[in-house]
Amino acid sequence: MDFTPIIDGFGIVLQPTNLLYCLVGVVIGMLIGVLPGLGPAATIAILLPITYGIEPVSAIIMLAGIFYGAQYGGTITSVLLRLPGEASSVVTVFDGFAMAKQGRAGAALGIAAIGSFIGGTVSIIGLSVLAPVVAGYALDFGPPEYAALGLLGVLLVSTVGNGGKLKAIIAAAIGLLIATVGRDSFTGAERFTFGNLNLADGIDFVPIAMGLFGLGEILYNLEENHKKVHAPAKVTKVWPSRQDLSDSKGAIARGSGIGFGLGVLPGGGAVLSSLVAYAVEKRRAKQPERFGRGAIEGVAAPETANNAAATSSFIPLLTLGIPANATMALMFGALLIQGVQPGPQLVDTHPDIFWGVINSMYIGNILLLIMSIPMVGVFVRILKVRPAILAPITALITMLGVYTVNNSVFDIYLVIVFGVIGYLMKKFGFDPGPMVLAFVLGTLIESSARQSLLIFGGDPTGFLTRPISGTILAAIVAVAIFPLVRRAIRAKRGEPAGAPAPTEASPAPVPDRETTEAK
Amino acid sequence: MSTTSEPGRQQTGEVDILEELKAELAQDLDEERPPHAGPLAQVAAGLVTLALGLAGTVLSLGYGLGSLTEPGPGLWPFAVAVAVTALSLAQIAFGRSAQDTEQFTRSSVLTGLGVLSLVGLAALLPVIGFEVPSLVLMVVWLRFLGGESWRMTAVVSVVTVAAFYALFVLALSIPLPRLI
Repeated sequence: MDFTPIIDGFGIVLQPTNLLYCLVGVVIGMLIGVLPGLGPAATIAILLPITYGIEPVSAIIMLAGIFYGAQYGGTITSVLLRLPGEASSVVTVFDGFAMAKQGRAGAALGIAAIGSFIGGTVSIIGLSVLAPVVAGYALDFGPPEYAALGLLGVLLVSTVGNGGKLKAIIAAAIGLLIATVGRDSFTGAERFTFGNLNLADGIDFVPIAMGLFGLGEILYNLEENHKKVHAPAKVTKVWPSRQDLSDSKGAIARGSGIGFGLGVLPGGGAVLSSLVAYAVEKRRAKQPERFGRGAIEGVAAPETANNAAATSSFIPLLTLGIPANATMALMFGALLIQGVQPGPQLVDTHPDIFWGVINSMYIGNILLLIMSIPMVGVFVRILKVRPAILAPITALITMLGVYTVNNSVFDIYLVIVFGVIGYLMKKFGFDPGPMVLAFVLGTLIESSARQSLLIFGGDPTGFLTRPISGTILAAIVAVAIFPLVRRAIRAKRGEPAGAPAPTEASPAPVPDRETTEAK
Repeated sequence: MSTTSEPGRQQTGEVDILEELKAELAQDLDEERPPHAGPLAQVAAGLVTLALGLAGTVLSLGYGLGSLTEPGPGLWPFAVAVAVTALSLAQIAFGRSAQDTEQFTRSSVLTGLGVLSLVGLAALLPVIGFEVPSLVLMVVWLRFLGGESWRMTAVVSVVTVAAFYALFVLALSIPLPRLI
């Protein structure tokens, strides 16, 4: 392995501008993690216009910082207020808040910060080792592989996790449809433009993301009752004791592994991994009844895992050009805005971006550790800011921000329209995440599928006979059929009719995708 | 996925911890959400996406499907639109009992007002610049949608608009339409 590009990457990160953007990113991430309302996907969407004005490396370093920074910040409200600031910290509520009630809020926050740091760092090392290898393999991928991989990504993001899976797939399919608006790149024919010149080049990614994620989220939150007074528990002694550390070291180790592994999978990501890590600790525990009553492993495991997963979910994006979740779809869009095509060639064509972003995470995690332990008091004080004050400020940033991209009022209206659609989707139980992801991947899937048909001379069985695309298609079939099989087995075992069947929408969606902010 | 991916591995009667956890979380969050909207809303949602699917199907047929050797511009949208149609029919048929929708409550009016104020901003921006519409938006959201005191409203809205002016106009010299 040639280490020169990695060392050059550190050189890039240590440039003062990039250090500054890294700091800005992690501070914003930490803040929006703490503040209720906006999650990382919404924040990144709202800040997309800023990235037009800055260097690609700096932009991605900042956006990445927001994403993993939010994983740290989300813990604070979970522990102190029993309100998860971020979807991936929902499960931390159980033991974190119990610990706070016992006067051990400091220890909970401390172990979460240490776990997050270890999980994040382990995952960055894994990313540095694994990403170039995966990218090397992926260089052999042709259009059939990309068509299959893109479809698998969309399908997994829609089906993994809870909530209405059918609706998630419908949303994804509509996202694919929206991606076809505009001129067809093969034949030049116009599709779904209705003669409108603004639509001839297709719908821009920025207004869609800003509307569905950013404004949709803001409008949805307007409805909630925010009159609640926040009275956070007192935080003392943030350094965990020796006993705390030895109790949670196993949980942190396993959490790192689970987070790294699930983060790489499409649809996995931070939220699912935090749930799985918690479940694993509870199952392994000698006294599982301690969980929910202030077990420190119940804080350490999910907080480690969500950070590890947030980091490793960069692997599919940076090596295959396939975003693994909705937030990564935004990163994908941000890279495209900068004229950088993510994919296996990225490590060779843009080593500065590839290694700059990866290495910036080491620095970012150190900064976050400092903010989460010695400086945690500052962020606890921020909890007193009322959401009602933040809402109009974020709305104004969104409106003026999107205008600056093309100096176009049409774009403002487009954001409002997609904002209303995003709001209605949330009210009617559709997750906007799969839609944005499918929109981003739509063009890739269509053009790869059509190129493949040309390669195969019109014979679609060609997809099945190529080993890699055949395997991926088999995985697609498995993902589609698995819930049905599972349901059949459950029915056979004679479980009561009311048992939660995974194919049907379970009661009230658990916010376990990146986009469904818990708040 | 490691804990859930092997169906039937567990003994009968032992409930999957991960499923249990998700149910508990769902219940926990349920307390703070408005009541779900019932089967009518589910069917309505399905009908809206069905309409999109049907429209897409008809339009893409018009663009020409071509053949597999030479795919026309309509082939891919046609395939996707047919999928939307089929999935929407499934939603209408099987999704009625799901509880993942939310009722519109009295506070939904706030969202409506919020949207109107945004449209107002977009309409006025090119005419009188961004300062006054922004200030109005801040006041409406803080005082009437957020229930803040007049004093708080005045301070936050003036400071915010001033900060935007300083950032966009003075620091970044972005050509926002403006009064001053």
